[in-house]
Formats: sequence, structure tokens, C-alpha cells
Amino acid sequence: MKTTASPPHPTPDVLGHSHLDHLMGLMTGDEKHGPAATSTLDVLWVLYDRVLRVAPDRMDDPGRDRFLLSKGHGPMAYYAVLAAKGFLPVDWLPAFGSYDSPLGHHPDRTLVPGAEIGSGSLGHGLPIAVGTALGLRAQGLDHPAVWVLTGDAELDEGSNHEAIAFAGPAGLDRLHTVVVDNSSASHARPGGITARFEAAGWSAVTVDGRDHEALYAAFTAPHPGRPHVVVARVPSQQA
Amino acid sequence: MDTMRDRFAPVVSRLLDEDPRVAVVLAEIGVDGFAEARRRHPDRVINVGIREQLLIGAGAGLALTGMRPVLHTFASFLVERPFEQVKLDLGHQGLGAVLVSAAASFDWPAGGYTHMAPGDISLLDTLDGWTVHVPGHPDEAETLLRHAVAAGDDKVYVRLSVQSNADALPVDGARFRTVREGRSGVVVAVGPMLDAALAATEGLDLTVLYATTVRPFDGPALRRAAEAAEADVVLVEPYLAGTSTAAASEALTDIPHRVLGLGVARRELRRYGTVPEHLAAHGLDPHSLRERITAFLRAAATSGAPGRPQT
Repeated sequence: MKTTASPPHPTPDVLGHSHLDHLMGLMTGDEKHGPAATSTLDVLWVLYDRVLRVAPDRMDDPGRDRFLLSKGHGPMAYYAVLAAKGFLPVDWLPAFGSYDSPLGHHPDRTLVPGAEIGSGSLGHGLPIAVGTALGLRAQGLDHPAVWVLTGDAELDEGSNHEAIAFAGPAGLDRLHTVVVDNSSASHARPGGITARFEAAGWSAVTVDGRDHEALYAAFTAPHPGRPHVVVARVPSQQA
Repeated sequence: MDTMRDRFAPVVSRLLDEDPRVAVVLAEIGVDGFAEARRRHPDRVINVGIREQLLIGAGAGLALTGMRPVLHTFASFLVERPFEQVKLDLGHQGLGAVLVSAAASFDWPAGGYTHMAPGDISLLDTLDGWTVHVPGHPDEAETLLRHAVAAGDDKVYVRLSVQSNADALPVDGARFRTVREGRSGVVVAVGPMLDAALAATEGLDLTVLYATTVRPFDGPALRRAAEAAEADVVLVEPYLAGTSTAAASEALTDIPHRVLGLGVARRELRRYGTVPEHLAAHGLDPHSLRERITAFLRAAATSGAPGRPQT
């Protein structure tokens, strides 16, 4: 199995959305992949296919967009999208989770080409994304967008609220959050997620997390002077 | 005399002028000192409010973009409250930062236990790769702050305190310094404990090493001193007693030795008052130190420990 010492084989960027089930099946050993990762699949695909200005050969480019997967649970969809886009070789996928594999059940940025952060413990991505946006701004890099993906139940963690409450008043308009909302939070109120962000001065929109055109429109909506959150609603049985 | 903390903002403000990689992140505490620097570098002097998880997480994000973040608040809120962020956002992500704490073990005794952090270094000892500076004088703090910021992308902790020795010594950000030589044992005095340790061992035939960089622990220096004297080692640390006992033992693994770790007790005093009162309560005033050190050496002389030359 490969380690980070060997650069990933370039994978021709010919794999499309229709290949993702197959790629995930390589990790689950079953074409009928587990549902744990699927809530994020459409969101990830639309971001990597149409929104993020990143590529395997741009990972050292200070001007690239940053995508931070904060919800590190069920990363098969993430690995599948990274493989489809050529960040990591498809032949890494079958060994998912094994001792010699760089691909764990939570991603490690030092092992996974294309992963901006490691995650697993919930509530770390958004504060790191705030710092990333601050760092880019301090260096005059006004164009790169910073994206972070969280789950709705992940927002239970108070660290997120430190970041949300700061980013709005700080006017971090290059910061974007997508909350994949599968109604998994035990204590929540309808509309509570957007209300929380809007109260802190964010631009907020809720869309069907399965609808690629709606996601694209939400991801690219202008939000001058404010950070932007997209709440992507997916069916609640999808973890 | 001014305090180490009085030096922090001026030194780091100059570093902000000199190095565009440097950014300071604060959580309200210490904001006033950076008012002028913030006017000059509005994007590199950041106050996140009273949000210490964000303090560390945002520092990690700054490091991800190639910057050199300096993160500051009281030790209890810098290391203890956001400890998982220190462990994961810096360590696990493979990122560096300079953490500069104030208030130390009991700089503000009247503030009570909520503002005391005698366990900060012990907590960092559970993690890999941290450099820890414990200056004993404002001049040393200034030098060590510069070392810390200049240390590439290393993870560095600088522990500032109102406790101070009367005079500064040269510090190099790495090695222990021999300030007294003797044959009956070795005292390692850390940071602001030096004056008390020297007073406590006045007239005793002991080597005194002065440690201002405690991680990595300068094992070779301790070993040389222990080989030139009795391998009876006393650590005098301004934080939790025994914090460096394992490091000292590791340095002396293959020679018979004894170690006494003196420092702040775990027991919560539930007392207010002053720093000297707390030093005395923990047995860290010169009189108590002398009693404890001489008792330890007496026990050594009569123990007939294996490998000990009988003199």
C-alpha cells in the first residue's frame, strides 16, 4: 500500500458522478455502499466538480480555494470524490481503514493528498476555517474561498458557536460553511440552524441537498461583506 | 522592575513590524498592549473575544496559510481549557504556533484557583514535539520570545510570570546553564525559582544548573553535572512538583541516581493572599527549600544506595 512518501498516481479526470457509487463500493466491499457517507456525497460532488478552484496540481498554490471537511465521520464519499478528481489513486480505496492505508475512518491531512485538514473530533473545522480566512486576508489573498463542511448535529459542539459568532461581525466574506442537515441533532428546532448563523450576521440559505442545481446556486450566491452558510437538507435516514 | 508580561506586547509588536509571517491572536486578555500594533497591522493583530477554543483553532488556520501565529492568554485558558485544540489543531494537524501564557501557577493568588495553572507543562508533556521556555527574568523572556517566534514552524510554549529573579542571565533557548559547581549533588532550578534555589543552597557543596528551556530537557547537561558530582538530583520547578522527574531520570537511566522533584503541590490550598505566601505554602521559599534539600541529601548519605561510593 502507498504511503505519503510516494506521490499519488495521476488519475485521469474522467470519472464522473456516475462512478461514485463504484468508488465507494471499493471501500465498503459492496456496490451498495453504506449510507453513512452518502449524506455528503452530492454536496461534495457539486463543490469539487463546479465550485472549488482546486486541483491535484494546485495543492501548493496559495491562491487555491480551501475545502475543510470538519465532519470527518463516514469519509467514504470524500475519498470517492477525491479519487474521482485525481487527488488520490483509485487503487488506494480498497484498503480503506487498514493498517497500511493512508485512508482512515477519519481523514488525516498528513496522509491524504488533497485533504486540507484532518478531522474526526467534531467542532474543529469551523474555527480552523476562520483562521484560514484570516490568514489569507492578512496576506492580501482576497480571492481564495474557504469552505468548511459540518453536520447538523456537529453544531452541538460549542466551538462552532465561537467561530460563528466571531466570523459574522469580523466580516469574513471569503468564509463559507455548508451544513449537511440530516436531522441528526437530538435537540433542534426547525429553522434553528439558519437562525443561528443569521443572528451572527451571516448570509444563509437552505436548499435540497440532493438537488445539484439548487446546491450550485446556493454555493455561488453573492454575499458581500458577510460569511455565507448553505444548509443542505437531506433525508433523515441518511447519517 | 517591569514584568515579563510588560515585555510581551512591545517585543511581539516589533516582531510584527519585522516579519510579515507573524500574527497575534488574543482572547481579550492583553488587547490593550497591542493597540498601536493593531493600528499598524489590522489584519495581523486579531482579538477573537473570550473564545479560547477559537483562539487555538484560528491560530491553526493561520498556520495552515503559512503564517507564524502567536497565541496569548492566561495559562489556564490557553492550555487547559482548549487542550483538545492544542492536541489536535496544532499537533495532529502537524502545524506550529507560539503559545505565550501569563499568570503561571499562582501569579494572582487573590484570583483563586480558577486562574492558577500549575499543571500546564505536565499537560503539554502528554504531547509530542513541544518546546517549552520558562524565563526567570523579563530580559530572558524577551530573548526567549524572539527564539520562539524564530523557531520555524515549531510548537513553542513560553510561560511568563510575575515571579522573577533579581538579575537576568544569558539564555540561548536550548541549554541549561551552570551557575554553581559542587560535589554533593545537583540542583536544577527552573526559571523564576533560581534565586530561591541559590539562597536555599548557599554554603552547600552543590552544583546548581539553571533551566529556562525545559523541553526538550537538557539531559546531557544534567548527566555531565551528575557525573561530576553525586548523582543526587533536586528539581526546583515553579509548576507542578515532579513535572520533570521522568525527564531527569531518563537522562540518568544507566547510572544509579536519586531524584527529588520540588514544585507546586496538587493539593488545592483554597487560599488567596500573595505570591510569597503561596510559595511558602508549597515549601518553595528559601528556608523550606533548604530543609527539604538537606533532608534529601542526608537520606542519601545514610542510605548506602547500591553503586554509591561510600565516603
